[in-house]
Amino acid sequence: MNAPEPTLTPNRMTYREACKQALREALLSDPRVFLMGEDIGRYGGCYAVTKGLLEEFGEERIRDTPLSESAFVGAGVGAAMAGMRPIVEIMTVNFSLLALDQILNNAVTIPHMSGGQFAIPLVIRMATGGGRRVAAQHSRSLEGWYAHIPGLRVLTPATVEDARFMLKGALADPNPVIIFEHVMLYNMEGDFPSDMKEVDIARAKVRRAGRDVSLITYGGSLFKTLQAADALSSEGIDAEVIDLRTLRPLDTKTIIDSVARTRRCVIIDEGWRSGSISAEVGMRIAEEAFFELDAPLRRVCSREAPIPYAAHLEDACLPQAATIVAVARELVRPS
Amino acid sequence: MTDAEIRALILELICDIAPEADPASARDQDDLREIFDLDSMDFANLIVAIHDRTKIAIPEADYNKLFTLAGATAYVREALARSAARAR
Amino acid sequence: MPALGADMEAGTLVEWLVKPGDRVKSGDVIAVVETQKGAIEVEVFAEGVVSDILIPVGERVPVGTVLAQIDGAGGAPRPVEPAIVAPKPAPQALAVAPPRPTVAPQVSRRKITPAARRRAAALNLDLETIVKGTGVEGSVRLADVETAAGVVRPAPPLTRRGLDLSQMRQAIAAAMSRSKREIPHYYLAETVDLHLSLTWLEAFNADRPPIERILPAVLFLKAAALALREQSKLNGAYENGVFLPAAGIHVGWAIALRGGGLIAPAIRDTDNKTLTELMAAMRDLVERARRGNLRSSEITSPTITVTSVGDRGAESVTGVIYPPQVAIVGFGRVVARPWVVDGRIENRPLVTVSLAADHRVTDGHLGGLYLAAIARLLQEPEKL
Repeated sequence: MNAPEPTLTPNRMTYREACKQALREALLSDPRVFLMGEDIGRYGGCYAVTKGLLEEFGEERIRDTPLSESAFVGAGVGAAMAGMRPIVEIMTVNFSLLALDQILNNAVTIPHMSGGQFAIPLVIRMATGGGRRVAAQHSRSLEGWYAHIPGLRVLTPATVEDARFMLKGALADPNPVIIFEHVMLYNMEGDFPSDMKEVDIARAKVRRAGRDVSLITYGGSLFKTLQAADALSSEGIDAEVIDLRTLRPLDTKTIIDSVARTRRCVIIDEGWRSGSISAEVGMRIAEEAFFELDAPLRRVCSREAPIPYAAHLEDACLPQAATIVAVARELVRPS
Repeated sequence: MTDAEIRALILELICDIAPEADPASARDQDDLREIFDLDSMDFANLIVAIHDRTKIAIPEADYNKLFTLAGATAYVREALARSAARAR
Repeated sequence: MPALGADMEAGTLVEWLVKPGDRVKSGDVIAVVETQKGAIEVEVFAEGVVSDILIPVGERVPVGTVLAQIDGAGGAPRPVEPAIVAPKPAPQALAVAPPRPTVAPQVSRRKITPAARRRAAALNLDLETIVKGTGVEGSVRLADVETAAGVVRPAPPLTRRGLDLSQMRQAIAAAMSRSKREIPHYYLAETVDLHLSLTWLEAFNADRPPIERILPAVLFLKAAALALREQSKLNGAYENGVFLPAAGIHVGWAIALRGGGLIAPAIRDTDNKTLTELMAAMRDLVERARRGNLRSSEITSPTITVTSVGDRGAESVTGVIYPPQVAIVGFGRVVARPWVVDGRIENRPLVTVSLAADHRVTDGHLGGLYLAAIARLLQEPEKL
């Protein structure tokens, strides 16, 4: 619930501001686009992403909804079926559980069950992740659950550039897309080239090239992984950092290319490890790059417990740079 | 002490203060502070070190006589000679 | 892990000076930490018995990580951010250990990584010739195969320990850039007649052996410190939009390190030390700074910085404020110049004193009063 950061220069801004500019661009360029969500209008958004949009675009296009995820996601499904381009905001992934039926049984399945007669070009934005000391019901990372579902595209922008431009790619997709914005990223500042207009939403990216180990991650864990890579480099271990950017479909090629070169891999996933996206990525590496591996696959995930409220316990539960460093170091220089 | 020994001692003490210094590069008329990059604290420490090793008195007024290697060597030699003369 | 500088984000634990069971008291040095500014001794500000050492030697951890536990702690609050407990880096705690096979493993089967197997086949190397593997769980890995086959690979660069000047240069660059970005500096200068000071100093030093003589810079330092008693708004820290005047005057004395590099550790209670004490403190700091042996409290506690170029520097120096401080005082080289005294021109030793200060906290009027105070104090050296 922070005050929004002012835009600093045309090309340097906070993640929050980038999300807002993406929404503005969509609203300005396509009259079919409208926003729905709790507190997005008069309040300006729980994370201040939509602040000012109601004043600019009016009540028809910026719609405050009642506290009923099932109802307004369902309304989004219907609007999309009728030819609109709704961008629905679910305050956090934790509340999306109340709309799972709408997402899975309707948004994703209607195109299939109707034999393609209905497209559902619905975009859902959700905040996700922990680190804000808001306890067990508000701190989960369930991106992996959504990445399990065929018919859904799952995007995890972790940089300001991706926050600014992934929405455009999502709107162009005729199928439902979920964009996950990690809560710890909103205040992060970053920049991108002033002539950048779009990004490829189907590829993972090498954020840091390296030789000795591939650190594969997404979303809110990216900056911790980059910190870990810096720390490792001061020990003479050169880590490659891959930002998955899209969890469904996974860019398996980038992942395999990286692991084939470094021959060692640590997957960093803020979800709990059992049945998580880290399990999927690890399994794909085992399937397609088994003979390249020079060390077992490893991962750093949240401890298997409801996310705690107390600061020190939450920090102990979520992945931290120090742990990533220790796990990666053990692979490269076993003790 | 011979002049060569005094010269070597002074260079040794300079190297304690300026570890990266190359003593062989010092010529007799060079200003030691310039070629070894000694600031006022370094020079003061050098005086302290020379005094501690040779036991000669070096009043502040005489500092400028020790700015060069030749000058410092001569100064120490004369001071040692004077104290040896007094001892007899 | 303390923050030993405004921009420090992580440090490496290079030495423990205590072990579990040792009793510590406030001010004891308990560990040595490697930072961009070199090796710094970490002091503890609690009393008690060390119960747990949490971070092993060689580990690099973020600022705020708990390094050790002390039982029965009380006493002075620690001047660091609240600790964030990092999970213990023991791999079995958080890294996923591979599930143990439920079938009893064949005793004779060795662990060889897929990549190693393939490379051995390509090199026609009999894997039996490799006696010991250096991989995870003792597995034979690529490097072992290549070593056995005589393939040489360049070793990765080793970490440098001790004072790393390129790292220090980066730290200085970061701090100075931030200062120029965030702090609106204003600049003032004053020329001070040192005739009385240097005459007094000459007499003072004449009676003393070399080790007890004091440098003119000590007079400058003392004058700058005493003048802060009159202008306390130049002494403190500006953080989060608020200026916090410091309780004591701890001048950071700028020391140039040989080979490049600059550090300004604090001389505690500068205004209360005698000139002789200040000279000894300065001498000690310079020596320890060059060895990379400063203490954490010396790095984090300066309330203002004073830089003096000495007798071989420029005529004046105007510094860049080191955040979160709000001022920096500069003393140039003492020069002999014509000066007007009682209507006549005389040859006087002069020094240019400069002040760069944070305009969010003070303005030129106050800054001018400060410099005037220094000039006045230097006319009565016997009172310094």
